[in-house]
Amino acid sequence: MRNEMVVFGIMAALLAIVPWTGIYPFFVMQALCFALLACAFNLLIGYGGLLSFGHAMFLGTAGYCSAHALKVWGLPPELGIIVGTAAAAVLAAVTGYVSIRRQGIYFAMITLALSQLLYFIYLQAPFTHGEDGIQGIPQGYLFGVLNLANATILYYVILAGFLFGFLVIFRTINSPFGEVLKSIRENEQRAISLGYKTDQYKLLAFILSGTLAGLAGALKVFVAQNASLTDVEVAMSGQIVLMTLVGGLGTVFGPVVGAFIIIAMQQYLASAGQWVNVIQGVIFVACVLTFRRGIVGEFAHYFRLSL
Amino acid sequence: MQALYAQLLVGLINGSFYALLSLGLAVIFGMLNIINFAHGALYMMGAFCAYFLLNLLGINYWWALLIAPIAVGIFGMILERTLLQWLAGLDHLYGLLLTFGLALIIQGVFQNYFGSSGLPYSIPDVLKGGMNLGFMYLPVYRGWVVVFSLIVCLATWFLIERTRLGAYLRAATENPTLVRAFGINVPRMITLTYGLGVGLAALAGVLSAPINQVRPLMGENVIIVVFAVVVIGGMGSIMGSIITGFALGVIEGLTKYFYPEASNTVVFVLMVLVLLVKPTGLTGRAA
Repeated sequence: MRNEMVVFGIMAALLAIVPWTGIYPFFVMQALCFALLACAFNLLIGYGGLLSFGHAMFLGTAGYCSAHALKVWGLPPELGIIVGTAAAAVLAAVTGYVSIRRQGIYFAMITLALSQLLYFIYLQAPFTHGEDGIQGIPQGYLFGVLNLANATILYYVILAGFLFGFLVIFRTINSPFGEVLKSIRENEQRAISLGYKTDQYKLLAFILSGTLAGLAGALKVFVAQNASLTDVEVAMSGQIVLMTLVGGLGTVFGPVVGAFIIIAMQQYLASAGQWVNVIQGVIFVACVLTFRRGIVGEFAHYFRLSL
Repeated sequence: MQALYAQLLVGLINGSFYALLSLGLAVIFGMLNIINFAHGALYMMGAFCAYFLLNLLGINYWWALLIAPIAVGIFGMILERTLLQWLAGLDHLYGLLLTFGLALIIQGVFQNYFGSSGLPYSIPDVLKGGMNLGFMYLPVYRGWVVVFSLIVCLATWFLIERTRLGAYLRAATENPTLVRAFGINVPRMITLTYGLGVGLAALAGVLSAPINQVRPLMGENVIIVVFAVVVIGGMGSIMGSIITGFALGVIEGLTKYFYPEASNTVVFVLMVLVLLVKPTGLTGRAA
């Protein structure tokens, strides 16, 4: 717990000085949104043992709802973020209620199928504008004063959102609730026999995870200024899994590291076309066969730290 | 009424593919404890295999029905020997992740060389044309797909439930250690089982090549529907997989006729309903 706090301080400080380093801020903002998304996903798989193969549905739903609220309803940014996050929370409550009825491999297949269901709904629903998506979303003034069209101000707002979400997850996994969640991961039958209503714990974790994934989706709208079908696709869910796997399942900082690596790789290989998918596939295979702890997990294991 | 029968037939055809694919998934899951995410990509490879056989080597459809499943099956067995076998004893989820990665690789490579558009594969001469059944016009090839898939499904059922080899297979699913003690080479059986499941997927690919065109991503969406089929039917029973596959295809076809907007989503909606009413799936036991 103590060295986790130290690492958190270092991470926050490093991220805070980014605008003065000359690093392209939009790259870091995008990576931060995905880092929060991966952290939210990791809360389920790393601590609850539930592999959601449909987390893109929260990203996409929050993105569409925020974008619609900002552009069509003309709401200010803070309300736009709340609308998107709340929509993801409602979606998580419904999909969680359905999917926690099965364990393990079935849970993964159910979440995957549910996200595909939403994909087809968004493909046909008029407000998403189908293949075009919602474009040209106004960034506006947060709380009426902070001009989000300014890259530096936007960067700090995104960073604040990320750190908030990260701390919520960090607090959750170190709470009694988090301990029960871990016990469900290790042995659900025993947790039940000890009197815990594991379904309620799993549902709550699912809602929390989906809501924070929604927050990431709502924040991403201000960075990308669009909301499109790519955010709801199965491929996106796969990328979330990949980020977390590369960084380290069940580690606090792994998803952040993984998200930065995968986003950087995509930027770097943007011209390589379909080979990006092939490379991601190879990383998947290599990670599963030789590197199951992920980067942060291996590091923590080697130095006997808890990260 | 004509349109209704036509959609019913389309439903039966899709149902044939669902049945063949979910059957393969169930067989593989029983032996390897892996949900084969690469199943859609291997289905696509079956179709491409038929395409190559015809256009590069001049080998016709009938031989492709035999050669493509064997070739893709051997490819699958190589994957099992080199990659999947190392997952034994790990959490099931790693199998899903590994095969998802394999699907990305296979589809990415094909997309890189063939783009995303479809390649035509013509119907063999014998099966061209159609029959007038009085109440509807039946294109011969489509009728053939349904009948042939049904025969293959039933043959697979017979192989697993009624033969000695199948008995070994079922026994090894229940207790591999004990079966090994009787002197049966279980690792080889696992490899062959994976080859069989993959071969069924490739066979579905060959059958679908003249109908759906040969495309690198033709298996991408199909596999997710098949996952939903598997959740609905449960993987405990071979006959259950077959029946659920055909039934859901028909329901999808009916939806296309009565409420086309929902035809993409009906299987997923049914999955939700089944989960709410009977969480273990229609034929499945508790997971």
